[in-house]
Amino acid sequence: MNSMSKKTIIPFGPQHPVLPEPVHLDLVCEDETVIEAIPQIGFVHRGLEKLVETRDFNQFIYVAERICGICAFGHSYGYATCIEKLMNIEIPQRAEYLRVIWHELSRVHSHILWLGLAADAFGFESLFMHCWRLRERVLDIFEKTTGGRVIFSVVKVGGVTRDISDEHLAEIKSTLQGISADYAQIMNTFLMDASVKNRTVGVGYISKADALDLSMVGPFVRASNVDFDVRMFGNGAYGDLSDFQPITSTDGDCYGRCVVRAKEVLQSIDIINEMIDKIPAGDIDVPVKGAPAEGAEAIAHLEQPRGECFYYAKGNGTKNLERMRMRTPTSVNLGGMTKALQGCDLADVNMIILTIDPCISCTER
Amino acid sequence: MGLKLGSMTFGSLFKKPETTLYPFEKKEPPAGLKGMVENDPALCILCGICEKRCPTGAIVVAKADRTWAINRLRCVQCQSCILACPKASLYMNPQPPAITTTIEPVVVEVPEQPKKAKVAEPAE
Repeated sequence: MNSMSKKTIIPFGPQHPVLPEPVHLDLVCEDETVIEAIPQIGFVHRGLEKLVETRDFNQFIYVAERICGICAFGHSYGYATCIEKLMNIEIPQRAEYLRVIWHELSRVHSHILWLGLAADAFGFESLFMHCWRLRERVLDIFEKTTGGRVIFSVVKVGGVTRDISDEHLAEIKSTLQGISADYAQIMNTFLMDASVKNRTVGVGYISKADALDLSMVGPFVRASNVDFDVRMFGNGAYGDLSDFQPITSTDGDCYGRCVVRAKEVLQSIDIINEMIDKIPAGDIDVPVKGAPAEGAEAIAHLEQPRGECFYYAKGNGTKNLERMRMRTPTSVNLGGMTKALQGCDLADVNMIILTIDPCISCTER
Repeated sequence: MGLKLGSMTFGSLFKKPETTLYPFEKKEPPAGLKGMVENDPALCILCGICEKRCPTGAIVVAKADRTWAINRLRCVQCQSCILACPKASLYMNPQPPAITTTIEPVVVEVPEQPKKAKVAEPAE
């Protein structure tokens, strides 16, 4: 046999059953082994950052939350935090707590959605259905508390536009209790079932050193035993948590990434319960007057379901910002994704891509 | 080993379905659901603040014609107009807009009488 096999380039995406969003990869293969993956993005670029020139800083919040359907709340939260820093606005504590409650609920729904998609990718249809059934209950909470299921429009610069009543807060707690019971069974299946382990253990390994070199973020980097989570810095109401430890795994493979995400759902539920117990009474917003000063700059970062998202804003003395920039988690994780794909089997490509959970709409904006 | 989800799946056979038979069975919208923005012409003073706040330019206020118009296909239900309305004439109807085959805006004619009455009130 000739050891020098012929290289074949297999196009993967932008339309592929495993990809909810369009990204294209050129997989350079030798026989069944991928030796290099070359990503290509740009299929859903909408030029949203440019819109700060035509929308004022209050209106842009509705653009920011349309960057991505899953991280919608997170983007409006991160953007609002950045503008509040830019204009030195201190928002009421209750608004901070409400933002964290909604943001953590978004993480729960995002991770459960992802668990379902992963189950679907390796053909575990009943697990997929059960995951999405649970996610629906979280969406029902959103529907009751914000009036929307995906896009909420509840964050504004200076606070939030809607309060959650005590009855609804109690309802959220009881709903989450119900979810936890069902979720425990789903998590047990996901992490202990042999059919899942066969597809994930040892696949797409990234070492801790590589993870740090490639500046990966989110559950992707935490699965490689790097304890980096923006929530541990205690921004906003996260500072009032009694304890926060990032969930990590030493595996570094697809299974490790599943473990981190699966446990983060329970962690988020605990955070929401603690926030509901501690939430102070009071106002939910402060009036915002004026415009960001000329030359003023501010940054904010937030732990989105897929990792750290960085926001930068610069004012020019008018209602429109001079510059708005976001660095989303998937755009930094693409480097790690190509690394994880090197040397894998062609049949494992979809599993590796899914466990990284790329959000292409966020990446391209 | 392979039946970890079995009890949950089996139990589902004896539970009420999670889904609804949509066109025949409709869910009651929760209070505050974002359906469509409506205007109460009796309260509207045609000040135009909603038009200025709207991020998508869906609302057009024509003072000369005494009309308030909304393009439902442009509206994103962000509620900026409702929060900004000084007379609370705008409100959110939890029902979604009806299916339409045209892109014509919905025009609300604002009668002149209530405005005069409102002006007369503080004078008394």
